[in-house]
Amino acid sequence: MKRTIPILITFITGGIIVLAEFIPPWAILREHVLIYFQIIAVFAFFLGGGSLLKINCQKVVRKREDWQFAIVTLVGFFIMLALGLFKMGNPEMVDLGFAADLNASGSWFKNVFDAVKAPLSASMYSLLAFFIASASYRAFRAKNSDATVLLVSAFIILLGQTFVGVVSTGWMPEWMSFFKVENLSLWLLAKANLAGQRAILIGIALGIISMSLRVILGIERTHLSGGDE
Amino acid sequence: MPDASPIGIFIAGLLTLGIFSFLYKDNPVYKVCEAIFIGVSAAYWAVEYFYSALYRKFWLGVFPPAGSGVEADLLLWGGAILGALMLCRMIPKINWLSRWPLAFIVGATAGLYMMLFFVSNAMKQIESTMQPLIQDSLLETLGSFTIAIGTITGLIYFFFSKEHKGIFGGAAKVGIWVLMVTFGASFGYTVMSRMSLLIGRMDFLFNSWATNFGQMF
Repeated sequence: MKRTIPILITFITGGIIVLAEFIPPWAILREHVLIYFQIIAVFAFFLGGGSLLKINCQKVVRKREDWQFAIVTLVGFFIMLALGLFKMGNPEMVDLGFAADLNASGSWFKNVFDAVKAPLSASMYSLLAFFIASASYRAFRAKNSDATVLLVSAFIILLGQTFVGVVSTGWMPEWMSFFKVENLSLWLLAKANLAGQRAILIGIALGIISMSLRVILGIERTHLSGGDE
Repeated sequence: MPDASPIGIFIAGLLTLGIFSFLYKDNPVYKVCEAIFIGVSAAYWAVEYFYSALYRKFWLGVFPPAGSGVEADLLLWGGAILGALMLCRMIPKINWLSRWPLAFIVGATAGLYMMLFFVSNAMKQIESTMQPLIQDSLLETLGSFTIAIGTITGLIYFFFSKEHKGIFGGAAKVGIWVLMVTFGASFGYTVMSRMSLLIGRMDFLFNSWATNFGQMF
């Protein structure tokens, strides 16, 4: 019961989605499966939110290392949750009630998103620019032929996107225009890079198709492992 | 931030500086910003999913607004029941029930990805590769050869059922070079995208934030 039913659910759900491609009237079933998917994802988010709260509350109660920051996380979480769930300050609430657009201009939820989440997110990722510089130092060493190809390719792409790169080969006559760094960079991206991308994409597709078949047919059961048998 | 309020711009600037303070070393200001980011992001996505899926798809589907002429879709209760079963994970005695929605998600993902990758990745990519090699210009012909040979040799490199020796090994070696060009291009692009993000933040700090700061104080 604890294993057989989940295997059956996987088989039926996967089967419906695959067969719906060949049986048009089943498309409605597939649509429902996809909506179920989204509804379950919301509950998974509740589970994740609950886990975040549990971990941070335990940290505060037991006064573990850096427990003060757990309070900041909890305060941020509850404020944003309240602003969003109750659509506080949302100008559309008067006319539309809870059907109001969550991200309506002027709503507090949108304001906090613009002033806090968006800049924090962009700053976090832009911070990687500095760390990628040290990663480049390690990657950009021509230790063997493979590393040299990677180095040259990355160097041409980087140079092709910069003003210095364009100027450095700007003196070349028209008949040598292919070797101008911006053209070389474009060619690398559109041809050689495309070939590698295709090999990777086809490889991934074949892997996913075989793995999906194994999952649907119940051969692959690792997602059901753990807990009571 | 085109229509952001001055106080919003001020807070955004402070948080940006707080994140960049990590470049000096790990410090309490950075940790506060990081904690805010975790809390606010988790709540943001929870609210987004709550309204887009649970409210719009489920609630309005099961209880359509009066006078809208839409019939209630009772099949949607299945999703809510499966979702509720997910919460059983928190109750040790019946946590095995949470495998049912998990099995549903795994099955749906497997079915969806199988068809999606078969059509868009496998078939479309193979179809696009199988094009005439001889083109109008020498450069185009060179490009077609590069794509065809690069794709085939790249796939040969991923074929591990035969030892990479002889002609097969040589082709696999060419495949590695093609893949290295791809990784190099991806790396270069990643560097550029991170740099453009950094430039964006610097532009915000030195223009929007500095101007706003001057006006506020």
